[in-house]
Amino acid sequence: MTNTTILNNPLYTDTLPGGAHWSFRIKKGKTLRLIDVEGGANVGMLFYNPADLLERYNAPDTLKCQHTFKLTKGHCLYSDMGRIFCSIVDDSFGWHDTVCGNLSKKMIDKRWGVHSYQDFRNDWTLSGHDSFLVELAKYGMGRRDLAANINFFSRVVTDSEGNLSLDASNPQAGAHVDLRFEMDTLMVFHTCPHPLNKAAQYPKKPVSYEFYESAPIAPGDICIDACGENQRGYKNTTLYNELYV
Amino acid sequence: MIIESAKNISESLFSQVIPAGDYWMRTVVAGQTIRITDLEGNQAADTLFYSADDPSERYSAMDTIREQGNVYLSAGTVLMSNLCNPMLDIVADTCGRHDTLGGACATESNTVRYALDKKCMHACRDSWLLAVAENEQFSMTKRDITHNINFFMNVPVTAEGGLTFEDGISAPGKYVELTALMDVIVLISNCPQLNNPCNGYDPTPVEVRVW
Repeated sequence: MTNTTILNNPLYTDTLPGGAHWSFRIKKGKTLRLIDVEGGANVGMLFYNPADLLERYNAPDTLKCQHTFKLTKGHCLYSDMGRIFCSIVDDSFGWHDTVCGNLSKKMIDKRWGVHSYQDFRNDWTLSGHDSFLVELAKYGMGRRDLAANINFFSRVVTDSEGNLSLDASNPQAGAHVDLRFEMDTLMVFHTCPHPLNKAAQYPKKPVSYEFYESAPIAPGDICIDACGENQRGYKNTTLYNELYV
Repeated sequence: MIIESAKNISESLFSQVIPAGDYWMRTVVAGQTIRITDLEGNQAADTLFYSADDPSERYSAMDTIREQGNVYLSAGTVLMSNLCNPMLDIVADTCGRHDTLGGACATESNTVRYALDKKCMHACRDSWLLAVAENEQFSMTKRDITHNINFFMNVPVTAEGGLTFEDGISAPGKYVELTALMDVIVLISNCPQLNNPCNGYDPTPVEVRVW
């Protein structure tokens, strides 16, 4: 845990069980670490500007301005307004998906059988889609606000013809990814299975998460100074923070 | 996959040329077929689809590429909604590959991609915002401006996980044809982007035609 972009001693730590969801409003200057405790977890995540919920994570803008299909260390996660919600300042996993979306309840039931709350209590099987809907509804949002999300710890690759597959061959217990927030952000997340997960049973993989104070951003930053695009995105973000906060 | 249409131009119900930088927003009913033609070549047509009965059900890039297991769109692709219902079938395609990862240009993303002082250059998302503002009958807002298709745009994914914007594989007269499986609102921005090769640095008209 030698990430120099965070200051020691987490402000808060917790573990989300597999197949669950939660959300936080996170201030600029905090870093969120996600930890795949057992290996093979998936974390679906979306970002919104709590001061203007119409500003939200935009996967296409994030991918095209950094000329990338995967997300990893050095990448910034952009809003549709040309600003950076957060930067991936550390990543021991190396490849995260942002194009496959979520499973619906119907797909979960078809793939792994019906496990209703009535019959299974806390062992029921939630879908990523419903998890996001519940979290978004807490802030007055609905399915019109559900954008393409990130799936952390899920490596989705394509072949030369564009065929998609989830490479689950290398689960890494203890893998972590660190998100440094560059503006105030509403973060919603779930730990439901990746939509391309073909495990025999609905996988319930816990995810620990920790909040830290971010270290000041120094020249040569691994994310902001990774490319001209991120320098400009950070300028947009700084201007917003200076004018608004 | 290249599949030519058997449809006869003289039997079409409607046609309209969309100049670069304009939008087109109109309902196409189930069973009708819409053709989008790249009249002069190398032109991106940034397109969104909504269920006419309930526009909160809309085209979903994620559901579409996941369900077909492939990131590129062509003949044979079924465009899926965010509720994972089939919305339209791509029934003919003389271009061969269309993008749905790259999204649409916006004035804000232009500042990031090109230069801060390009923020006032025209962009697809401005066309869409004007479209929803001018078409109040659809009760749509910025909330409904989502993740689109770029017809005629070539955005290959590399084995290393990169994304490249290559010169178009389209050419004058190439077209894509879609049959509606439900009543859909079609929203097209004919891309005004001057800063990258998606339009060959020279945005040109596209034509829509409905049977």
